[in-house]
Amino acid sequence: MWKFLLPFAAFVALVVLFAFGLNPNRDIHALPSPLIGKPAPEFALTDVMDASKIVSNATLKGQVYVLNVWGTWCGACRQEHEALLEIAQQHVVPIIGLDYMDEREKAKQWLTQLGNPYSAVAFDTDGRTAIDWGVYGAPETYLVDTKGRVIFKFITPMTADVWHHEFLPRIAAARRAGA
Amino acid sequence: MAPELGIFALILAFILSLSQAFFGLTGAWRGKPVWMAVARPAVTGQFVFVVMAFACLVYSFVNNDFSVLYVARNSNSQLPLFYKVAALWGAHEGSLLLWILILSIWSLAVAAFSRALPLTFSSRVLGVMGLISSGFMLFTLWTSSPFLRLIPAAPDGADLNPVLQDFALAIHPPMLYTGYVGFSVAFAFACAAMLEGRLDQTWAKWTRPWTIFAWLFQTIGIALGSWWAYYELGWGGWWFWDPVENASFMPWLAGTALIHSLSVTEKRGIFKSWTLLLAIFAFSLSLVGTFLVRSGVLVSVHSFATDPTRGLYILAFLVLTIGGSLTLYAWRAPKLYAPGGFELFSREFFLLVNNVILAAVAALVLWGTLSPLVYELLGVGKISVGPPVFAVMFLVPMLPLMVFMAIGMHSVWRRGKLTATAKPLWWLACAAILLSLGVQGLVFGELHWLGLLGFSFGFWIIFSALLEPLRRLRQKQTLTAALLGMCIAHLGVGMFAIGASGVESYKIEKDVSLKPGGSFRIAGYDFKFVSAANVRGPNYDAVQAEVQVTRGGKPVTLLEPQKRHFWVQQTANSKAAISVNWARDLFVAMGDPLGDNAWSMRIQYKPLVRYIWLGAIVMALGGLIAATDRRYRVKVPAAAPGLVTPPDSRAELGSA
Repeated sequence: MWKFLLPFAAFVALVVLFAFGLNPNRDIHALPSPLIGKPAPEFALTDVMDASKIVSNATLKGQVYVLNVWGTWCGACRQEHEALLEIAQQHVVPIIGLDYMDEREKAKQWLTQLGNPYSAVAFDTDGRTAIDWGVYGAPETYLVDTKGRVIFKFITPMTADVWHHEFLPRIAAARRAGA
Repeated sequence: MAPELGIFALILAFILSLSQAFFGLTGAWRGKPVWMAVARPAVTGQFVFVVMAFACLVYSFVNNDFSVLYVARNSNSQLPLFYKVAALWGAHEGSLLLWILILSIWSLAVAAFSRALPLTFSSRVLGVMGLISSGFMLFTLWTSSPFLRLIPAAPDGADLNPVLQDFALAIHPPMLYTGYVGFSVAFAFACAAMLEGRLDQTWAKWTRPWTIFAWLFQTIGIALGSWWAYYELGWGGWWFWDPVENASFMPWLAGTALIHSLSVTEKRGIFKSWTLLLAIFAFSLSLVGTFLVRSGVLVSVHSFATDPTRGLYILAFLVLTIGGSLTLYAWRAPKLYAPGGFELFSREFFLLVNNVILAAVAALVLWGTLSPLVYELLGVGKISVGPPVFAVMFLVPMLPLMVFMAIGMHSVWRRGKLTATAKPLWWLACAAILLSLGVQGLVFGELHWLGLLGFSFGFWIIFSALLEPLRRLRQKQTLTAALLGMCIAHLGVGMFAIGASGVESYKIEKDVSLKPGGSFRIAGYDFKFVSAANVRGPNYDAVQAEVQVTRGGKPVTLLEPQKRHFWVQQTANSKAAISVNWARDLFVAMGDPLGDNAWSMRIQYKPLVRYIWLGAIVMALGGLIAATDRRYRVKVPAAAPGLVTPPDSRAELGSA
């Protein structure tokens, strides 16, 4: 009567597959960022809060910084927002926002209502900078070292835990190497 | 106030559905009539509170309460009233609430119409349905509440996605969910039968009308989704093999197989464990579809946001329901085994072939949908399975299925001999091929292998489906609803085959650049771009083009496609203009302005495309007629199977 167990066995295989699919550290598109270890693509975009100002990462050379890609259309970005605010409170590194495929008014409303964790937010209206950076979705968070190289990329919402275990040690190491 | 009341009502409904599950299942297990008596009132109470929760959310939408986060995200004060209500199921949280509402309606219907069934059996059915309801309610309350507040309130809402502001899409989810959720009834019946350890022909008779109803709603739901994609997305395609579409198609295939397998179990008392398995599969595939669409495991081109918590919950729920039912199956199904043979080319044989093919197609679609994930798990690399692969996977099994369908309609139970009515079938096949060649040569002027196959099989199935009803009408014999329904549903399959193969063989799609006064000719029709003007809608501005269509100098129609610009979301949306008649669609959609008054336009000629959806409607109509057959309305005590004895063996034709 083993044949009656076959559907169950097939289902177990399916569950394994689904559990693998849910793994939060899985790169959803199965492509590790080719950018790791390479110079961060430069950008000069308008500031979300003030269209007359320019936000560029060229001025950040020599510093370790974080680039967080988000958008008001992205529910998971709302979810990571509290964590970002908390991280910003620690003043470890500047957090640059890249507001991706969004509308300025909505983004302004979001930042005024929920609080602004970013030292500056670049407004990437057509998503070109995001393409340069190899962004697949949002939220994504990149870490750039003192030599302007991308050293780490994290997909899915940022949490305090991820910050402590993945980002802080790398930031410390990058600073030691740069000093 | 309304959202808080809504949460409260949903919590009460959750508690009631838990008690429905507990008392229904343990009452039947322990044989306590008083406990079992709790199940029905619990269903009614659950229904009342779910309706209340739903009404609270409708109220918040209609009254533009933008202090409710979900309303603020999906509605807007300028949105027309109809879409404000439809916006409720425009996103994840609200559509879950719709799912729960529909499940409670099905539960209520089962509670109301199951009084003639043995008490332990109906209690178990309601108990299983209670488990499913409570699972979904907990999911909503825990991870996806649509009642959360936004403080301070938004001044106005972010608006419903413009592509969703459409009539067909507004009614598509309720229809589709009615189908998805309806398979939970067959699932509950299967679980109850396994718990009872008894499965007889009466069981199949009870289960069958519920399954047919769920199936027909799903048929209409899928057709609506396809129709919407055709005219709203502006591309003119009618099926894209997108994971979301596949998620609705797999349970439909399993459900179609289940309907046919149930008829064998009902008439002959065999295929029992297979029928049980299909009942589990149909609902399980609905749940798997829900998981795939909402967990972010499969990322479609348009979705970016990822949310692992919800996925984890649904996965746990899948393990409990599907894993639980399959364990039950492994334990109980061997005991329900009933030996019984049949001859080659008997009705049982044809229905078995139908089942094997449909199950194989469902498995192939599942494989195609999940294979990117499998390849990734195995570390082989990234692949994508495109529509051409699916088209072959679908077409290859479908051709033999159509042959078996055309012949199988005229088979009889037990004996491998066709009825006398089947005699003209062979020359009708020749007639269908000749007709198909004629239509291709005379109407379309060119021969196409897909058109030849599709037309020939389509015409043959239609002829075959008409044979028996016509004979009975001519000889003034009675025509049972079951027989008529079966023939009409199969006729719908024939229409679908003609429509799908016709449009795929002879469609013409052109992207052109036109200035006012310019014209373009396809398939003998001249499309002249007369002018473009600005118009204003309730929540958008639009540029409307006037396209005059003529054929041989004679006016055919005036098409007015629009390029709409929605104020709130600041997004553009192309509204195609389509001229419809029995033979073809003429389709014009506006692209982008190219400067100097020129516009890019997509002009399409789509022959026979309407028969795709018309075929689906006819299939659903056939299901509706079959489900109203007298034998399903007769209230039978459990021990009297085969109450309606057919007067002659031919009357049994009606049962497939």
